[in-house]
Amino acid sequence: MNSLAGMVVKRIGLGFMTIVVISVLIFLGVEALPGDLAQAVLGQQATPETVAAFRKELKLDLPPHVRYFHWLRGFLKGDLGRSLANGRPIADLIGWRLSNTLFLAASAAVISVPLAIILGMLAALYRDSLFDRIINITTISSISLPEFFIAYVLIAVFSVHFNFFPSISDISDDMSFGQKVYSIVLPSLTLTLVVVAHMMRMTRASIINVLSSPYIEMAQLKGLSRGRIIVYHAFPNALAPIINVVVLDLAYLVVGVVIVEVVFVYPGLGQLLVDSVSKRDLPVVQASGLIFAGVYVMLNLVADVLAMLSNPKLRSPK
Amino acid sequence: MSRLRELEDLLSRGKISRREFLARASALGVAAAISPSLLGGIAHGAAPKKGGRLRVGCTGGSTTDSLDPGRLTSNMNQFINFQIRNCLVEIDHNYNTIPELAESWEASPDAVTWRFKLRKGVEFHNGKTLDAGDVVFSINHHRGKESKSAAKGIVDPIEDIKADGRYTVVFKLKGGNADFPYIMSDYHLTIAPAGTSGAEWEKGIGTGGYMLQDWEPGVRAFTKRNPNYWKAGRAHFDEVETLSIVDVNARTNALKTGQIDVMDRCELKTVHLLKRVPNIQVVRVTSTTHYTMPMRTDFSPYDNNDVRLALKYAVDREQMLKTILRGYGALGNDHPIAPIQRYYASELPQRRYDPDKARYYMKKAGVTGHTFKLHAAEAAFAGAIDAAILYRESAAKAGIKIKVVREPDDGYWSNVWMKKEWCMCYWGGRATPDWMFSTAYAADANWNDTFWKNERFNELLVKARAELDDAKRREMYVEMQRIVCDEGGVVVPMFADIVEAATKKLKFENFAGSMELDGMKLAERWWFA
Repeated sequence: MNSLAGMVVKRIGLGFMTIVVISVLIFLGVEALPGDLAQAVLGQQATPETVAAFRKELKLDLPPHVRYFHWLRGFLKGDLGRSLANGRPIADLIGWRLSNTLFLAASAAVISVPLAIILGMLAALYRDSLFDRIINITTISSISLPEFFIAYVLIAVFSVHFNFFPSISDISDDMSFGQKVYSIVLPSLTLTLVVVAHMMRMTRASIINVLSSPYIEMAQLKGLSRGRIIVYHAFPNALAPIINVVVLDLAYLVVGVVIVEVVFVYPGLGQLLVDSVSKRDLPVVQASGLIFAGVYVMLNLVADVLAMLSNPKLRSPK
Repeated sequence: MSRLRELEDLLSRGKISRREFLARASALGVAAAISPSLLGGIAHGAAPKKGGRLRVGCTGGSTTDSLDPGRLTSNMNQFINFQIRNCLVEIDHNYNTIPELAESWEASPDAVTWRFKLRKGVEFHNGKTLDAGDVVFSINHHRGKESKSAAKGIVDPIEDIKADGRYTVVFKLKGGNADFPYIMSDYHLTIAPAGTSGAEWEKGIGTGGYMLQDWEPGVRAFTKRNPNYWKAGRAHFDEVETLSIVDVNARTNALKTGQIDVMDRCELKTVHLLKRVPNIQVVRVTSTTHYTMPMRTDFSPYDNNDVRLALKYAVDREQMLKTILRGYGALGNDHPIAPIQRYYASELPQRRYDPDKARYYMKKAGVTGHTFKLHAAEAAFAGAIDAAILYRESAAKAGIKIKVVREPDDGYWSNVWMKKEWCMCYWGGRATPDWMFSTAYAADANWNDTFWKNERFNELLVKARAELDDAKRREMYVEMQRIVCDEGGVVVPMFADIVEAATKKLKFENFAGSMELDGMKLAERWWFA
């Protein structure tokens, strides 16, 4: 286990370095975009004088490297700064939206991960049967359709036609937990349909892969049932690739849900990032971009640790 | 007061015009007693009912929005601004100026000095009483060298503002302007307590009919009725919730499922389906918003008026109105004054698609085989790219080659508009011809996007501005519209309607075309049946 702890510490250090490098890239990326916040906010009505005065007030007239290090100093002290566009503290701005994004991602994950794994196992169990084909066709179709289309279909059926669920998921703090869950049924269902196929197919493929090994043949010769073989013998050894895919999909649920947020009017981080990029609100872009980067770094670390734990061979470094 | 009753009676029977009524009533010095509902039109049937929670879904909200009146860049913060704040002057649904925080105003004979008398006893949401100092501060917020306001150009003509006692504000202009009260109705020029700065703007302290409770930019705003609202017969809802719903399908679905009561900017492609929904009313009104294709007249070959005329004849505006706007609009006549406006030149012949004339003028200019590059992006207006392609096809029939250059939406206003020689653009329009012309057609205007300098036009502009004789004024504005139509650098194929939808439970008297959402005052003008 010692080597595991060592690896975790090293990886956290590397992850932090990664985040600093990413912050430079984000900064350069936003700098490379034409125009700046003063122009974007004043829009079509900007005059050279008002833009210049605005820039001066926001210190946008300083050279880029000065602005970057100014931001970095604050960041290392744990101060994310304020939004340039409306002067709000970024920690407040992001905190609430991050919790919303995580809430939606978690609810989609709670449904989709077990569902995908169970379906994958069943598909492996009844390989090439009609059941296997139906599962495959449905999940492949749902992954092939664009997200907004799935979302609109769900809204048309469950909201406009039957009026079971609300079509917009505007959450506010004064709602109870139950109300919140009820209001995000459709977006989390949409996300579930988008990610289930990926995880389910990986589960099915890696289990089928293991099924051809000699020890499974041994188990069959012992007379164990197919179900028992898959759950107790094949699945643990097929875990590593499954974990990797699950983690990638979880990251997607946090980072890649902008379209679902727009369609369901859900106040998550994605919308904030898009708005801030289009207005060149750099500190907000940095903060939300780094949160996304952090999610990736952390989830990858978790995936590697879990893969190591699931495979005794990996626990000793090569 | 009986004299006033008499006037009200004459007005309600249509015997005198509102303008006349106002003039006579203010001569009586009793403007304070006039209720806006009377000026806004004659109430039909029962008086508005109070109560309920209005939920509005509007487009354009962004997480970067602010409530600083100098930075109201979206439908959402403009709508909230008019819930919580007032201007000195209000525009009614007929484009007339009516008193708001100013109970009356008068001009010097040359229209250079304007005295506005403020209404007494108006309280801000924080209990402070409104006085001249607040007005001077709120207007100065947009003025001066350090101004970061989008409204700087609007207040530029003001030379000096000062308070004369607690309840009078005196404006001295750089030149005579008979339309000055219209300027004071601009949505940027709402009045806030003196000294408001920085993050305090976001608290939204004003004198308006609703008080800001909760404000999450780009998500929602929540306001509650102001129990001390000074305006009689306005602001009927208990609460107003304003939601940012950028996606038009999401807005439409939210309205269909009853999650919101009103939506702005219906999708014209599907509005006929929306009309079939039993409990929904679709509201449309012709507005001043117009779509334009400005050419830089300082570039060759656009410096040749025959080329410009050829391009004006080469656009099939009827087809464009029918396909891009599905008929929800009016034909444009290559100038920016809308058919609904006071000085609109209805006597000018409507220019129509004429490939032969286009060919003739192009030949006359001696420009043959030139490929005209028309730069387009959806940022200009929804359907701009399709409109450009239609233009290309109709021009091709006249032997004119147009190449549509697709530009990215992002940064369109800083990199394409006023930079490239010909592009797609839109204008929200302005309340008066003077304002519109001074904004985008005067030789020295910041946004003279055609870089057009016409001596006669600029001379008339200054003259008409200070002319207090209405008939003479109208003559000048008609001539200016003719000059822009025949010599200007802009193609104006059409004016767009404002198309919005609401639940049938909502009632209202009139629907203003000055801005979206009933002049952005829907929250104080509408009520639940």
